[in-house]
Amino acid sequence: MSAITTPITQAPEAWSLTYRGKVAMACLIIAESAIFTIFVVAYLFYVGKSLTGPTPREVLETPIFYTICLLSSSLTIHVASGFLERGKRGSFLGFWLLTIVLGALFIYGTAQEWHRLIYEHGLTISTNLFGTTYYSLVGLHATHVTVGLLMLTVVLLFGLSGHVGREQSARVDVLSMYWHFVDAVWVVVFTVVYVLGR
Amino acid sequence: MSSDAMAIQTAEVRGAQPWVQTLHEWVTTVDHKRLGILYVLLALIFLIIGGIEATIIRIQLMRPHNDFVSPQVFNRMFTMHGTTMIFFVIMPVMFGFANYLVPLMIGARDMAFPRLNAFSFWLTAFGACLLYFSLIGGSGLYGAGNAPDVGWWAYAPLTSRAFSPGHSSDYWTIALLVSGFGSVGAGINIIGTILCMRCPGMKLGRMPLLAWLNLVMAGLVLITITPLSAAQIMLLVDRYLGGHFFDTQAGGSAALWMHFFWIFGHPEVYILVIPAFAFVSEIIPVFSRKPIFGYPVMVGATVAIAFVSLSVWAHHMFSIGMSSYSNSFFVLTTMVIAVPTGIKIFNWLGTMWGGKIQFKIPMLFCIGFLFQFLIAGLTGIMQGAAPFDWQLTGSYFVVAHFHYVIVGGIVFALFAAFYYWFPKITGRMLNETLGKLHFWLFLIGFHLTFDTMHIPGMLGMPRRIYTYEPGRGWDTWNLIVTIGAFIQGVAILVFVANLVFSYFSGPKAGNDPWDAWTLEWSVSSPPPAYNFASIPTVASRRPLWDRKHPEDPDSRYE
Repeated sequence: MSAITTPITQAPEAWSLTYRGKVAMACLIIAESAIFTIFVVAYLFYVGKSLTGPTPREVLETPIFYTICLLSSSLTIHVASGFLERGKRGSFLGFWLLTIVLGALFIYGTAQEWHRLIYEHGLTISTNLFGTTYYSLVGLHATHVTVGLLMLTVVLLFGLSGHVGREQSARVDVLSMYWHFVDAVWVVVFTVVYVLGR
Repeated sequence: MSSDAMAIQTAEVRGAQPWVQTLHEWVTTVDHKRLGILYVLLALIFLIIGGIEATIIRIQLMRPHNDFVSPQVFNRMFTMHGTTMIFFVIMPVMFGFANYLVPLMIGARDMAFPRLNAFSFWLTAFGACLLYFSLIGGSGLYGAGNAPDVGWWAYAPLTSRAFSPGHSSDYWTIALLVSGFGSVGAGINIIGTILCMRCPGMKLGRMPLLAWLNLVMAGLVLITITPLSAAQIMLLVDRYLGGHFFDTQAGGSAALWMHFFWIFGHPEVYILVIPAFAFVSEIIPVFSRKPIFGYPVMVGATVAIAFVSLSVWAHHMFSIGMSSYSNSFFVLTTMVIAVPTGIKIFNWLGTMWGGKIQFKIPMLFCIGFLFQFLIAGLTGIMQGAAPFDWQLTGSYFVVAHFHYVIVGGIVFALFAAFYYWFPKITGRMLNETLGKLHFWLFLIGFHLTFDTMHIPGMLGMPRRIYTYEPGRGWDTWNLIVTIGAFIQGVAILVFVANLVFSYFSGPKAGNDPWDAWTLEWSVSSPPPAYNFASIPTVASRRPLWDRKHPEDPDSRYE
């Protein structure tokens, strides 16, 4: 082997790079945002273009309570990860559980609304353009909430068995980034479907 | 050196293993180098398949009123050829090289997420298998198969249930959806690796251009593959749940699919070509014996290309009747892209200018790339002008243009990369004589096919036609195009023979056969599983130059 294997010894100043989990979640959020953008564009493009009823104005009711639930869960997860960082595992678990309950309430709200739309108004994904775009966009978001809830539950189970401590705080933060994203998307979906779309 | 001894030892141990265990190791591997090789092998297999499809298309069009294949088979062939070449040849091969080279070049021991890396590869491979499973499973498992035949854009309403019965379009949709998730995973991994795994001293401004360009490419993957995934989900909703996204009879819009497809489709071209730029930016300096000319401008131009490429998509759709404002906007953005691209071409020329150029095979391919990519860019500007495009859109001129980009540009750069990094990956040099034969045959075949192909296009020959009437002035041109295609086919066979022959009996390469400057050449060939026995520290853009010339290191001038 040649002499070139001698590494250059010039100790660099403190060398630390960003935590990779955070970077990866940021990338995933960018990618997901592009998917949601396309669905939102399709929704807006087709507002008022359905050839038959029912129309959004006739059947949609603004889900204020469930929206408050979801948005406040962003706050509780933030508080929870703050507790974890300071090593207060009990309070962490409490707020984490509260986050899951709030998220589950939101999903229950969506289920209620869909049930009402399908059984009372006969609106399905194949009824008209409104049905197609509404169920796809809201459903895509609800899928993300559900996946988030599953991941939150996994962390809760690990936490209850005593495996989540201060060392996992960076990883938990990555998950809470995802949850904040899901909430932020709801702000957009809410605006588009319940405000602009009517 | 101890790492060499260890490498030999592991090689001996591996040689004694039963093949089942070797296979198991490769299937379950999370090593970035092995996954890189798997990506490249996958791409090579599908290159052969896509090449056979191209040959079938060319035989059919060789003379008027030919009936080598039926019209139905012809439609399947051009659909499968396009889909295969874009999604299962060029994308995987680019991801493969990025996987293999990026960690080595930035002084890391692996990618940021090795298991995600394996998952992404297998998703891509699974997607490719799904696409071809349509041949036997298209109409259910009755053995009465049917490949997708809707073209690689799959414009609505061709994909609606009425016009595409059976499941062939669904296999196309799901194949692209699955491999799209794989691509996003690979993109996340490349960004994570480059931002979080660089060795001490490797500031962003010292990264090899290959790492920089792949970073930009991965960023583009995140925001361009996902719109395609979204559109594919909508198509599935339409086909399986009775949705109306692209159903014009229920008020849906076929033009919306076009927009969604090309929002993905045009930046996709840059996802394919930016890694090709990356190869050229590494190879031209080494064989010109000069550092790259205008490094920061090169990075800036790449970012600019990626940014502008997001706003040019509708130049694929001038003929659908957009408003004059939209047309003007997309003409302007398309023209603007020529500026950063021109900067890059001048930078490569500036690197060669005054250098001691060595005409090794990788350099030959890079020079071919420079000429051909320039011409491809010029025909691109022609079609970027809406009035010109109205005349030639949907003709063979367009086919000639984008093959000029993809074959004359991307594939030439790719061959350069194969000849340049094969010694690092296998430890053996590729054969020079066969390499020269490959280069000249491919060059002649390429120009016979794709220079000529512009002419029937200008004479009015539409793309995707099954056959044509004699006496329209297209006959001779089509014959020449087909002859060129066969010459390219022979060149590819020479290339594959060279790969196989040199893998077993090529001369040993040593660590650094090209006297190059980036970190991958500091480790043994092939590199050990852990890449670097001790993580290197760098002080300039050319760490190996610094090590070889301690009396005059680059770091002094930075």
